[in-house]
Amino acid sequence: MIAELGHFALILALAVACVQGVIPMLGAQLGRLSWMRFADQSAILQFVLVGVSFACLTHAYVTSDFSVVNVVQNSHSAKPMLYKVSGVWGNHEGSMLLWVLILAVFGCAVAMFGRYLPPALKARALAIQALIAVGFYLFILLTSNPFQRMFPPAADGQDLNPLLQDPGLAFHPPMLYLGYVGFSMAFSFAIAALIEGRVDAAWARWVRPWTLAAWCFLTGGIALGSWWAYYELGWGGFWFWDPVENASFMPWLIGTALLHSCVVVEKRDTMKAWTIFLAIVAFSFSLLGTFLVRSGVLTSVHAFATDPERGVFILVLLLIVIGGSFALYAWRAPQLKSTGLFQPISREGALLLNNLLMGTAAGVVLLGTLYPLFIDAISDGQDKISVGAPFFNAVFIPLMTPMVAAMAIGPLLAWKRGDLTRALKTLWIAFVVAFALAIATWSWQSGQSPWGIVGVAIGAWLATGTLIELSERIRLFRIPFSQSLRRLISLPRASWGMTLAHFGLALAVFGVTGAGAWKVESVQTMRPGETVTVSGYDFRFDGAQEKQGPNYLTTEARFTVSRDGDVVTQLFPEKRVYTVRQMPTTEAGIYTMLSGDLYAVVGDSKSDGSYVTRIYFNPLVAWMWIGALTMVMGGVLSLSDRRFRIGAPRRAAAPAGAQPAE
Amino acid sequence: MKRKHKRLSFVLVALVLLGGAAALVLNAFEENIVFFQSPSDIASGKVGDDRRFRLGGLVEDGSVDRSGGETVMFRVTDTANTVNVSYTGILPDLFREGQGVVAEGRIVNGVFVADEVLAKHDENYMPPEVADAIKKSGQWQGSSN
Amino acid sequence: MNRLFYILPLLAFLVIGGYLAIGLTLDPQKLPSMLEGEPVPAFALEALKGRDDKGFANTDLKGEVSLVNVFGSWCVACRVEHPFLMKIKENGWVPIHGIDWREPNREAGPGWLKRHGDPYTLVGDDPKSKAAIAFGVTGAPETFVVDKQGTIRYKHVGPIDEKVWTETLKPLIDHLRGQGG
Repeated sequence: MIAELGHFALILALAVACVQGVIPMLGAQLGRLSWMRFADQSAILQFVLVGVSFACLTHAYVTSDFSVVNVVQNSHSAKPMLYKVSGVWGNHEGSMLLWVLILAVFGCAVAMFGRYLPPALKARALAIQALIAVGFYLFILLTSNPFQRMFPPAADGQDLNPLLQDPGLAFHPPMLYLGYVGFSMAFSFAIAALIEGRVDAAWARWVRPWTLAAWCFLTGGIALGSWWAYYELGWGGFWFWDPVENASFMPWLIGTALLHSCVVVEKRDTMKAWTIFLAIVAFSFSLLGTFLVRSGVLTSVHAFATDPERGVFILVLLLIVIGGSFALYAWRAPQLKSTGLFQPISREGALLLNNLLMGTAAGVVLLGTLYPLFIDAISDGQDKISVGAPFFNAVFIPLMTPMVAAMAIGPLLAWKRGDLTRALKTLWIAFVVAFALAIATWSWQSGQSPWGIVGVAIGAWLATGTLIELSERIRLFRIPFSQSLRRLISLPRASWGMTLAHFGLALAVFGVTGAGAWKVESVQTMRPGETVTVSGYDFRFDGAQEKQGPNYLTTEARFTVSRDGDVVTQLFPEKRVYTVRQMPTTEAGIYTMLSGDLYAVVGDSKSDGSYVTRIYFNPLVAWMWIGALTMVMGGVLSLSDRRFRIGAPRRAAAPAGAQPAE
Repeated sequence: MKRKHKRLSFVLVALVLLGGAAALVLNAFEENIVFFQSPSDIASGKVGDDRRFRLGGLVEDGSVDRSGGETVMFRVTDTANTVNVSYTGILPDLFREGQGVVAEGRIVNGVFVADEVLAKHDENYMPPEVADAIKKSGQWQGSSN
Repeated sequence: MNRLFYILPLLAFLVIGGYLAIGLTLDPQKLPSMLEGEPVPAFALEALKGRDDKGFANTDLKGEVSLVNVFGSWCVACRVEHPFLMKIKENGWVPIHGIDWREPNREAGPGWLKRHGDPYTLVGDDPKSKAAIAFGVTGAPETFVVDKQGTIRYKHVGPIDEKVWTETLKPLIDHLRGQGG
């Protein structure tokens, strides 16, 4: 009964969304307030209905209801409770249900916190949200019903894919989806603004916190996903330029650009058509990501459900949503008038440069991701190619290097007309630090990839530059220290957010550089008692033993790692076999230090009792996640700024005496 | 600067960026694109010795030889032709005989030396590249006993 | 000129959308099998444990129109189609032979058939993918229609259901029987 209730609630939600897509839109067109108000109630109702539906599926998982096909395919009675719950979205059908749930949460939030929004804008935006939801409800109900029953019920389930039975991956999809779907807010408001033909500071002030929230979730989600790949796949890497990873990275790049261009719209009343364009593109990439993962058009480690029929459905959805918005854009965007003028060398100019570089980077990633498809299509299936990490590294790093370099300068330029020479003079310390570190790196690792040196240099440049910008703000050493401290404390949180986020990126640059340029790998067969030395650490293989886990058998190896005779740690890499699916997985043994990770993987055993082992030293890799976390913290801090809080009164004046935030 | 000129300078910057990106992309494509080949393509001499490519097919039954320490030898077949492959390292969890596999590397003295081996990740699914290679090979008789 | 600028995104997207559409049609599951019209490749599989048939070989496929179904106890989609296979068996529409593909052990296949019913006339055990490779099986379930001469006439990828049966398989089987082939 519960599953049927969930199904029914979803059908009702579809009906509500259909009405919500039409009535408020008409109301806004005709100026009928009661029709516009309808959107608020229906958005809340939609949320309740989808919530019920999601709760029903969760119930089926938690109680192991094996008459529901979806539960049979992805759960097992012996599975730990955490993974019974995360199994709800660890599969195609359930993850789509999570998608619409999050969409409904955002819609509901607009209805509840959007008191101060102009009623017509709100009504239109909610109507657009509802129309997107209609597409996805139909998709779920017609091609991917999670509530389908089977008769007779199965005795037990097929278990969740063991790779997905992991705490990191349990929360990765919801975070990612919060990010993806979060961009639907910017999108809906962009379309509403296009219909109205008006974009102003109030619009930007409303869109920005939503975009920022989505950006925080997406950043967190991507970081979590790459962390998972790092410790679960056993390859010692954290980013593979896999199509699905790219699918989450492209919206991130565009979302970052959008975040920055919203600032310009808000403060300077310019770059409007461009910002609207970015808002559409950011959400389009989210949809494209869904398409790439769900359709099986591109093969990937991640594509756990691929089905051409679903692909056709999503492609049609994509054509309607993205094609429709770009058509609307082509028609209405030329009418958006900007008032703020600015010189090329100015804060606006710097932010535009950021936007262009981010956009180009996203375009390049898109090209690399879809290129195999193009080749396949033009050669009529005769030529198959793959575009892997070497391509992306060769293209992406040269694009990001100037961007990171410019990131240190941009915040030091004034709005409207900046002084580049003065900004560069202010940054002299950063230049010295970067240069000194580059020389040090060069002398230490001469002959290796030059990108290691470049990475260290621009990381140091950005980190120091960000600190210099902060000290400029508080006029450090130019006014008495106590006054500087007072300024520091009273800095608006949004400016703290920027400083943290930029600094976090600098840390992440160090991490990526270290692990990318100086990773040491060693593969060998080892007998118990043998020792191998990697990067100055002695790894002694102590042997392996079989153990029984809750739903798997495991061979657990033990390494004792020492340096100069002192024991540093013990590592316990495992090779597990999940009994239900008979599927083996690798669990790396990892010890994290600020200088780098010790990383051991155990492979097959041989008849003579030896094992193939793979040992890595991944320098600085922890900095990447520390950096990502710092970026998210920066975003959250900025989000908590009073002036940008969701639902802040329209046209609220900035608090007197505050510094410009960005 | 006049408004028009300013606009022009932005467009110019954008064009320079796009041009630079395009150059980068073309250059990287030139060097880093990896073609996918089947054992039959190799048998027909279509593939040069110096180029990296991806080899797809099925791991031939009984062909996996782990006697060489950390270097594993096996044969990849598309049922018509077979290629000897060597790989140093730990094979992916899902690597099994009779299974679809994709290996990346180059041919050295008639042996395909792989530096990356990817196995099938889901039981109900084979990489389309592999499926396609097997279809393309045409010859179906002579099963691999 | 200015207008054109704003239309560019739409055009770019349409190009990408076109390629995505082509990409979908190139889906490998939609390609016809090279085996269609070819005789069944030679194979000989051992019988499944606990069944009294002698095994399953290509020579068993001559004499009448039949289906060859590739399944496995690990395959979820196989379970979805299983009730329909049982229905075919109960109504005696056409004999179905099974290839039990890549079982983790010798008990898994028989146990599965015991639980869900056994629709097969002959079943071969194929843990090492011998027959599966010969047939060019890319996944499970897959079903082949074989005519009286032992020639493969059609390959269906994915579960069989009422729709597939009435629209594709049954007309084909009737046709093959009608022409005495």
